[in-house]
Amino acid sequence: MIFDPFKASASDKTLSMPPSQADFLRDSAFRYLAYFGALSIVLLVAYIVFELGVQALPAIQTHGFGFITGTTWNASEEEFGVLPEIWGTLYSSLIALIIGGTFGVGIAIFLTQGFVHAKMEVTFRTIIELLAAIPSVVYGLWGIYVLIPMLVPVAQWLHETLGWFPLFSTELGGPGLAPAALVLAIMVLPTVAAISTDAFRRIPYKVKEAAYGMGATKWEVILKVMLPTASSGILAGLVLGFGRALGETMALAMLIGNVNNISLSLFDPANTLASLLASTFPEAGQIEIQALMYAALVLLAITLVVNLLGLAVQQYTMRKFEGKK
Amino acid sequence: MSLIDDKVMDTLTHQGDFIATPYEPKGPVVIDCDVKNIYYGDFRAVRDSRIPIEKNKVTGFIGPSGCGKSTVLRSMNRMNDLVESFRFDGKVQYHDHDIYDKKVDPVIVRRYIGMVFQLPNPFSMSIYDNVAFGLRLNNYKGDEEEMVVKALKRAAIWNDVKDKLKNSGLSLSGGQQQRLCIARAIATEPDVLLMDEPASALDPIATRQIEELMVELKEDYTVALVTHNMQQATRVADVTAFMGVDISKGGRTGYLVEMNETRKVFEDPEQELTKEYVRGEFS
Repeated sequence: MIFDPFKASASDKTLSMPPSQADFLRDSAFRYLAYFGALSIVLLVAYIVFELGVQALPAIQTHGFGFITGTTWNASEEEFGVLPEIWGTLYSSLIALIIGGTFGVGIAIFLTQGFVHAKMEVTFRTIIELLAAIPSVVYGLWGIYVLIPMLVPVAQWLHETLGWFPLFSTELGGPGLAPAALVLAIMVLPTVAAISTDAFRRIPYKVKEAAYGMGATKWEVILKVMLPTASSGILAGLVLGFGRALGETMALAMLIGNVNNISLSLFDPANTLASLLASTFPEAGQIEIQALMYAALVLLAITLVVNLLGLAVQQYTMRKFEGKK
Repeated sequence: MSLIDDKVMDTLTHQGDFIATPYEPKGPVVIDCDVKNIYYGDFRAVRDSRIPIEKNKVTGFIGPSGCGKSTVLRSMNRMNDLVESFRFDGKVQYHDHDIYDKKVDPVIVRRYIGMVFQLPNPFSMSIYDNVAFGLRLNNYKGDEEEMVVKALKRAAIWNDVKDKLKNSGLSLSGGQQQRLCIARAIATEPDVLLMDEPASALDPIATRQIEELMVELKEDYTVALVTHNMQQATRVADVTAFMGVDISKGGRTGYLVEMNETRKVFEDPEQELTKEYVRGEFS
């Protein structure tokens, strides 16, 4: 029986009733279900990390920290180092984030700040969301057959005229960092655009009104008021996009060249951790698999650190701009 | 329930196209607002209201909800241009020029005619930056900090924020945010300040401080104030415009019922409707 000491003394006319036993039951059932769902995600992540760790343990014991600073990957000599892959992963993702992020935020501004009619906006949005639905292999093929042939003359020209600039210091001879990063940028773009669009849309109308009311031009309103207000949401989009870029495998394996190489040049072939895993795994022996597991663990750690950093920056902007604790 | 509704409707409805007796301004007019019609899409929100705003005076707008007083106020600095379906038919002569002239950019109008809104709407930036926003926008070359402090003091919020100017404007309470917004609006010393129920979220003490500010502001500038609080209108407004709602043609169209010196409107109104409204017989 539900404990309700008020019913007896409350007015006879009141229609108020305590919730029934079943109501309380449903309430707690739902709560436990939610707890269970949340807990199982945590357990799943912990299990994946644990299992990876167990598999990688022999490699960790043999190679230790040298695995991270080593620059060659030679299975027959049992020499394993992933520094070029770490560099390639971070460098390609960063370039992709800069390009994709700029366009993504630009698209979000274009869609939300009254540049297009509402109907056109839906069309644009759908097309951008469609980009996210294209399989990564298709991007890889498109990169090989369309993007690389298009890029080669451009890269040639850049190298010849601006060859002194480190980014253009070599020639593009097919697959390389530039086509890989460009395709990554396209893959990152829908994530950044969608989340930034939501961030702009969440800004209350009264803020926009206040900005225009001060006599600000459209450009001033967007740059000085809307962007700082949406910044924490935009950052969330950038972090998610960066996470996506770090882990992207198929398109990169097809486009980046899979060469262990540390270079600033956009036209050099390179390699990433995910692409190393995908391309080496099928033919790897037991020792190499252990090393690959170690590499997977490194990739996981990078993703984790990036996400935590992103979270910290986001918290900082929220405190600074929105006054939230 | 329908009884009450009917009574309100009866008192509100004027048969025929009533047009208020024009108010004869006693001094120079800063904004001569002559509304023929204001539409939102097909909806006719306000009709036939001529409301001159006199220099160095506080002009109050009173009237029941939905009578279009905010709409008229927002038409005076082209804030309504943000609403896509908005259409203004008439003339708003600001000094010597119609602000609805096609050659006039609404941005310029809003630089001279500032606005305080009903709900606090500070920007996501520090308290200081909020107030300095307008100064930077207007490329103010003088002592920025001095102007910021002055605006915060006049808006009766300096004591609350003097130790945390770097904190976000959004970290303040609702009433403090509203006073911050008032500081932001007056920092650039706009020629005319439009205030749309600025005190509806404030406690009585802050309200009195803001009312004192309005009286102080009119020394150098001009203030137009929309309020639901009749005591406020009698306390600060020199001239009062009373607007009503016309439901005789199916819609809800606001129109000017009576405009005169505040004392006259409250003590000896010309229209029966005004008398009933100021007595608080309907709202």
